[in-house]
Amino acid sequence: MSQAAFHSHAQRGVGHWLETAGAWTLGVVWALPLLYASWTAFHPPEFSTHFALLAPLTFDNFVNAWNAAPFARYFLNTILLVTMVLAAQLVLCTLAAYAFARYRFAGSGIAFALVMVQLMVMPEVLLVENYRTMGALGILDSIPAIGLPYMASAFGIFLLRQTFKTVPRELDEAAHIEGAGPLQILLKVYVPLAKPVYIAYALVSVSYHWNNFLWPLVVTNSVTSRPLTVGLQVFSSGDQGIDWSIITAATLMTAAPLLIAFLLFQRQFVQSFMRAGIR
Amino acid sequence: MTRLQANLHGWLLLLPSAVLLVLFTHYPAASTLWHSFFSTPKGAHAAAFVGLDNYSAMVDDPVFWKVLRNNVVFALGTIPMSIALAIAMALWVNGKIAGRAWLRLSFFAPTVLPLIAVANIWLFFYTPQYGLLEQFTGMLGLPSHNWLGSQNTVLGCLVVVAVWKEAGFFMIFYLAALQGIPPNLEEAAAIEGASRWTFFRRVTFPLLMPTTLFVLVNAVINAFRLVDHIVVMTKGGPDNASALLLYYIYDVGFKFWDSAYAAALTMVLLLILGSLALAQWLFIERRIHYR
Repeated sequence: MSQAAFHSHAQRGVGHWLETAGAWTLGVVWALPLLYASWTAFHPPEFSTHFALLAPLTFDNFVNAWNAAPFARYFLNTILLVTMVLAAQLVLCTLAAYAFARYRFAGSGIAFALVMVQLMVMPEVLLVENYRTMGALGILDSIPAIGLPYMASAFGIFLLRQTFKTVPRELDEAAHIEGAGPLQILLKVYVPLAKPVYIAYALVSVSYHWNNFLWPLVVTNSVTSRPLTVGLQVFSSGDQGIDWSIITAATLMTAAPLLIAFLLFQRQFVQSFMRAGIR
Repeated sequence: MTRLQANLHGWLLLLPSAVLLVLFTHYPAASTLWHSFFSTPKGAHAAAFVGLDNYSAMVDDPVFWKVLRNNVVFALGTIPMSIALAIAMALWVNGKIAGRAWLRLSFFAPTVLPLIAVANIWLFFYTPQYGLLEQFTGMLGLPSHNWLGSQNTVLGCLVVVAVWKEAGFFMIFYLAALQGIPPNLEEAAAIEGASRWTFFRRVTFPLLMPTTLFVLVNAVINAFRLVDHIVVMTKGGPDNASALLLYYIYDVGFKFWDSAYAAALTMVLLLILGSLALAQWLFIERRIHYR
């Protein structure tokens, strides 16, 4: 809705105030769970369900959580996982997208349809069979086993193909006349032009794999391979009992890197998710 | 470039992705179908061909039907609600409301949080006696209620979590669409004296239709794909009242280690996702039109 028109309508009375009140109520309700968790995490346990304006702030819950489980290792595992998956995705999707965007090869139509199947049937849907495959490959309970099914991404291929298709043919031909081979053209012409799409895809991919849970839960079984999400679940369902202060501290700690990045680069995040979603 | 060269280059570029996609999407889908016709190997007993036994066991399994029903209820509870809220959020954030930057932040933040972390926070929120919800209802003088422990309320609680997590994500697609609607349309409507509600119903909403269909497809996929919060909050209980199809597959496959039955269940999930893809292709790709 345009802003000018919205305004001219909005001037017309109580409707506007009711709407503002509604928007703010929803905004507060939406923020509430996170605010509540922060309250619990930053105050001593006796205040975890008890609100007092002057309750002392503390960082102890985070320290206790950090010391109660190998979170440093979990962080390392997640960072390794996310980096490995993203690096592989960028290379593989770029190559495949280039093939679909610029080559008329035999069977390209069917191949493209087969690639798109992964948009509906994500690897976690086939977890029983993929677990069997990882067993056969002898890599159960390892970080590559978590990442491997996601390294070829239909979503990434589609997104980059759409972008590459908008690159003018003339640029392509000019580079060709100057004697550049197909891979050089890809690297010198297509990749630089698609930079914003790469950034958008990278943000979405990192968020997805930082947060992914079910498949890593199934395929990992030890401290050396578990990502943060699985580590958090093992920690909070273990002998922690129900010390909510420590659990919420651990929970916020797990989400913190993404949350902080989001707060700093809010516009970039929103636009990336938007760009990635519009096909 | 010769034809042969084009074929060779095209397939070479595609090869690495194709190998991985076949290995982790197409092969497992086919192998799920294959294994669903066999029994689960147990100790000395190798897998034996059992025909449709796994499927007839499934039809006779009350838990399967309950889980399927739960999933439908979960989808019907989550999808219309999150779409309606997403549209409202987008209209507000796109308009001239005071503090819209804060509102956008608040609406979108759940999207970047891990669902498992979200589930932990909500678990605390729903905790009997100590949780915020109980404190609030207690303040109103309502009797204490175990929200996640009761068959009647547990699924509703999970719906709330899913709506909270997803609405802000869908909001940004509507935001993008709203920015593409020409402002003069609304000015014209204002001159004609149309109320904002009429304008929304007759102009904005129809123009948002392609976005709604896109969001709808994603929402349906998510309703069948996201089960992380169940692992944390309820483990499918009490008495399977909150188990969804994929969670049941996980349970059967990795707690009872009955991979054959899990394969039959997975076929149902694949069938659901497949018909969704077909419906999208038949109706949505071809018939988006503006009225």
